[in-house]
Amino acid sequence: MTAIDPTAHLTAEQIEELGRELDAIRDEVIASRGEKDAAYIRKVISAQRKLELVSRGVLLFSFFPPAWLIGTAGLSVAKIMDNMEIGHNILHGQWDWMRDPKIHSTTWEWDHVSPSEQWKHSHNELHHTYTNVIGKDNDLGYGIMRVDEDQRWHPFHLGQPLWNFINACFFEYGIAAYDLELGRNLSKRRRKNPEFRARAKAVGRKIRKQVLKDYVIHPLLSGPSFLTTLAATFTANLVRNIWSHSVIMCGHFPEGVQVFERRSIKGETRGQWYLRQMMGSANISGSRAMHFMTGNLSHQIEHHLFPDLPSNRYAEVAVKVRALFEKYELEYVTGPLPKQVFSAWRKVFRLSLPNKKPKVKTPNRDQELVAA
Amino acid sequence: MTSTALRSRAWKLLEMVTTPLLPSDYLDLVSPLRAGADLRGRIEAVHPETGDAATIVIRPGRGWRGHTAGQYVRIGVDVDGRRLWRAYSLTSPTNRQDGRLTITVKAIPDGKVSNHLVRSAKPGTLIQLDQATGDFVLPEAKPAKVLYLTAGSGITPVMGMLRDVEFDDAVMVHCAPQPQDVIFRNELHDMVADKKLRLTEVHTDTDGMLDMARLDELVPDWAERETWACGPAGLLDAAERLWSEHGVQERLHTERFRPGIVVAGDGGEVTFSATGKTVDADGATPLLDVGEEAGVLMPSGCRMGICFGCVTPLKAGAVRDLRTGEITEAEPGVLIQTCVSAAAGPCDIER
Repeated sequence: MTAIDPTAHLTAEQIEELGRELDAIRDEVIASRGEKDAAYIRKVISAQRKLELVSRGVLLFSFFPPAWLIGTAGLSVAKIMDNMEIGHNILHGQWDWMRDPKIHSTTWEWDHVSPSEQWKHSHNELHHTYTNVIGKDNDLGYGIMRVDEDQRWHPFHLGQPLWNFINACFFEYGIAAYDLELGRNLSKRRRKNPEFRARAKAVGRKIRKQVLKDYVIHPLLSGPSFLTTLAATFTANLVRNIWSHSVIMCGHFPEGVQVFERRSIKGETRGQWYLRQMMGSANISGSRAMHFMTGNLSHQIEHHLFPDLPSNRYAEVAVKVRALFEKYELEYVTGPLPKQVFSAWRKVFRLSLPNKKPKVKTPNRDQELVAA
Repeated sequence: MTSTALRSRAWKLLEMVTTPLLPSDYLDLVSPLRAGADLRGRIEAVHPETGDAATIVIRPGRGWRGHTAGQYVRIGVDVDGRRLWRAYSLTSPTNRQDGRLTITVKAIPDGKVSNHLVRSAKPGTLIQLDQATGDFVLPEAKPAKVLYLTAGSGITPVMGMLRDVEFDDAVMVHCAPQPQDVIFRNELHDMVADKKLRLTEVHTDTDGMLDMARLDELVPDWAERETWACGPAGLLDAAERLWSEHGVQERLHTERFRPGIVVAGDGGEVTFSATGKTVDADGATPLLDVGEEAGVLMPSGCRMGICFGCVTPLKAGAVRDLRTGEITEAEPGVLIQTCVSAAAGPCDIER
């Protein structure tokens, strides 16, 4: 939260007009969804499965170092594709319109220790509805970090660069714990809650299956390559975790991204909701390959405005969205991956220490209400 | 251990290898028509029959259990990327040598699937299949005398029968606007030439609709014949009336094609079929609110259409997307977001 509200120059009418213009962009894509889009997601899914099969096949011979390298690289990419362009987006319902029960948000399960069902709740429902609202959106620092001056400092935050690094390495477990709201639910009373126990059990089942597959079955199938396959799968999971953590950090943590106060979203209009998504997200610029490997979350701003539009359409939507940012004189936070990752990490380090000076409260309450 | 038990053990192991996917997800990549797969078919050819009808030759998956002449099959076809399901009569004989099956489709105005199949379906395309079903079939004992009373694409299930069984005495009365609209016309006339069939064509553009009173003149012994009738509702209603007036209704077998005609209105009676509640809803209130108001336990999430936490099957009727105005009609497997959908006429929500 900055002392200066970057949306203060907009009138209420302008904000609603902005909302209508964004609705029009959305309607246009919805009306033109069709065969090409369906072919796209099917192609990606089929390519991912083939890549995973081939990579696992190559790893059967991973005692031979070049095979290890190729297999590990292939498996890493396959896991990234599964989580990012395929899983994340299908679970958002982006492909539900196809009415294919095999590519549907209600049936999809991903290569991740957090069960789809739980992730959909914490991500689609909580994070996407309450984006960057302190106290409502736990994605702000995942409950273990302080990522904005307005969050209260605690000595625990001194270690947050380390927490963040560990979280990056074991990101899928971090997400599973986060979806379970583990921190809050570990109190004696809450632990006994049957609803929580059922969810914890589901996570346990998923972890068991994932671990068994990656660290027991596939290494065993490799016979003499047992250890090298084990190392390869561990590496692939590590690569996937660090990659997705980095991409996701770039979505809301870089400098320039706004956060909002709880009271600021009371009675929020559609236009104000859109505006909050615009100011609360950041993009990554880069090549088509880059967008693909991030699951098009490099178009985080567009994704937050329209979380249910097919990911392959974000690139064309981005051009129009960016034009609206310019028209309404708003800052479109974007940059290449290294720059954005650096910016996010710098914030993690900076905010591990208490604020240098007490924040000056803006006297104008109306402004705060709009953008907080 | 029995071989079945062994196989199920092996399958369990394979599931551990492929988790969170299933072994079939990988097998589908290479062999979508194999035994044990979800039933699918591959379009192998599309043969035009008339200006607006075509026969689709389909190679069914190994799980296909065959059909009885006169039955229909539901197929799921992707049109503009969206899977739509329709039922079509099987027109192939049951003992077709190459194991293929055929359906014959007439493109109806604004029919998404029928127009797609007749005009743009490509050989090689995979479609979804259900097993054949329907009781518009011949009895096991061949009747001595039969009558087929058909109109338009109502001829398709009957053609399945004619190609399958030879009768000693078969008569057909078929209605179509003009001679060139008669599907299978050449084949029918070949049957006539071979004395396998007596055929009366009624060309409704010139002769007008078939008047049931004319049946005495066209087929004097119609009341003695085992009759199969298929066509528009008007024809079937008239036939049913005539047959019961003469007390021979047990000899009449009818098949009604029910194109799900949904008239999308503004609001309507909403049934929550799992709970058994029915309430009136206007065209502006989200079905999520309607359900909650009625005390139905509704899944919910963001309440603004973004989280897909409230999706629920739409069993019947139509709903309107409150954001785009788009109408969604009930079809098997169709789920709607209740937080941004309102009743567009009477509908049935599975909650």
